[in-house]
Amino acid sequence: MSPDELKEYRGLWVFIEQRNGNPVRVSLELLGKGRTLAEELGVDVTAILVGEGVSGIPEELIYYGADRVIIADDPLARDYRTEVYTDIIVEQVLRKRPEILLIGATCIGRDLAPRISARLETGCTADCTELHIDKEMRLIVATKPFFGRNLMADFICPFQRPQMATVRPGVMELKAQDRKRKGELICVDLNLKEEDIRITVLDTVRSSSGGTSLEEADKVVVGGMGLGDVKGFEMVKELADVLRAKVGATSLPVDAGWISKDYQVGQTGKTIRPRLYIGCGVSGAIQHSAGMIHSELIVAININPKADIFNFADYGIIGDVNQIVPALIKELHEMNPKI
Amino acid sequence: MDIVVCIKQVPETTDIGWDPQTGSLIREGVPGILNPNDKNALEAALELREKHGGFITALSMGPPQAEEALREALSMGIDRGILLSDSLFAGADTLSTSYALGLALEKIARFDLILCGKESSDGMTAQVGPQLAELLNLPQLTCAIEITVNRNAVKIKQKLENGFRILETCPPALITVDREINRPRIPAMDSIIEAYRDKEVQVWAGEDLGGHTEHFGLKGSPTRSRKLYSKKVKKGEVTILEGGPDEAAKELIQILKRKGLL
Repeated sequence: MSPDELKEYRGLWVFIEQRNGNPVRVSLELLGKGRTLAEELGVDVTAILVGEGVSGIPEELIYYGADRVIIADDPLARDYRTEVYTDIIVEQVLRKRPEILLIGATCIGRDLAPRISARLETGCTADCTELHIDKEMRLIVATKPFFGRNLMADFICPFQRPQMATVRPGVMELKAQDRKRKGELICVDLNLKEEDIRITVLDTVRSSSGGTSLEEADKVVVGGMGLGDVKGFEMVKELADVLRAKVGATSLPVDAGWISKDYQVGQTGKTIRPRLYIGCGVSGAIQHSAGMIHSELIVAININPKADIFNFADYGIIGDVNQIVPALIKELHEMNPKI
Repeated sequence: MDIVVCIKQVPETTDIGWDPQTGSLIREGVPGILNPNDKNALEAALELREKHGGFITALSMGPPQAEEALREALSMGIDRGILLSDSLFAGADTLSTSYALGLALEKIARFDLILCGKESSDGMTAQVGPQLAELLNLPQLTCAIEITVNRNAVKIKQKLENGFRILETCPPALITVDREINRPRIPAMDSIIEAYRDKEVQVWAGEDLGGHTEHFGLKGSPTRSRKLYSKKVKKGEVTILEGGPDEAAKELIQILKRKGLL
């Protein structure tokens, strides 16, 4: 695009993913982050919401930071389908020309964002963990982990608009709602017929086990290789139960088959930022720490006093997890015998 | 059922060095391997061929040594390999990669399905599949953990964060596969020999693809990497809780209680 064309694109948009009429947490995290970035640029935040029966959501989006909500409420958009969502979002982007479009890096977000970016012939940085504004160049700088182990890379999209990024759930802080905020609501129509849509959703199954997901958990107890074997996870699970916490794991126990990949926290797993993180036999290598470093209070239990985790933990206990974890469980039971 | 599987050669190690002066990766001397997730796509294609017949092409883009990844695909039982290799393609981001792959697929012309690994182990973007589907105007089915084909429909089980969906479309379509979908076969020695001796890897350059050269490589890439650096870990003072397991446990619980975490 020419410099003049680039100037026509102003404003920051956040795609709001919803499931059964509830916005997913990462979309709300992005409204908060988007608000901060937009203020630096001196522009508005627009939330774009697609679905069926989603008219109850917009107010909440305004409280979380949107100035405007574009809403496409249509039976055809009941289930997420790539083509339907791409069509409506691209149409709105071409009409209103935002400079930035942020999408949560969920399964659906990562299906949708590259499709939109290809249609708009613009750049999308995938699965970012940090975003900031380069004010001088008026660009968004998107940071993502690169090459697995220990590298981060900054990406920019200098010559095309909108600048797109998908952002990993849990890495941006969920800001408090401001119930005094006011905003504008714009309803738009889908210009599609069912017979134009090539994909049919035959069934959707979402397990509701445990309620909140690992990414959204307030407290997480994580097991690492230091547990010694698969039995160690039973102990970790017991500690998590008495703390009403979720269980997580580092990559090696997952690779060893002690626990499923769904529990993996780190660069190739989930990113968490709970209020309380307890690492049991976790060494704290970057593959794992990249996914938990933003936890509010980090407690480490490890027999090796030189383990990396003690470089960034708030509290540490140096000793055998197989003695300390049972001691914690016993102590918690004594404190509250009903648990 | 003719299938094209898109594959990528990636650095073998995740412990790759980089030059802090230029911020670029030091790739020299780092051996390449076939991206592990792409083996799942190759395996899925082979299983479909076993049931429904057809011809499988493996397609890759990369420097000349990426031929090794294609030979590995051939040794698993893939019928032919095509490598897009040209200095014009250097520095391509996901969109520019998809553009070149898309032109190659238009040239291949005969296919019912395109299979891709969900993501590569180096870039981890999971973007080439959907971008390629868009450029070819095909329906996309991502993150498959099961694929079934009957009559004129293809169905997948799509993995989601805490569940799955069953999606259906008509070929031609593009499918990306999750690592859970299967366990890729390990080629036997004679098929490795056959892959090198009897099977063909064609090399196509930019001019073989047609298209606009300004869309190739770095020139055609809307995203630019600006800086590469090693991750800083937050440094702080850790408070070590002393004493035996029981004392340390008691003290920790008092701390958690004070902080309102129990």
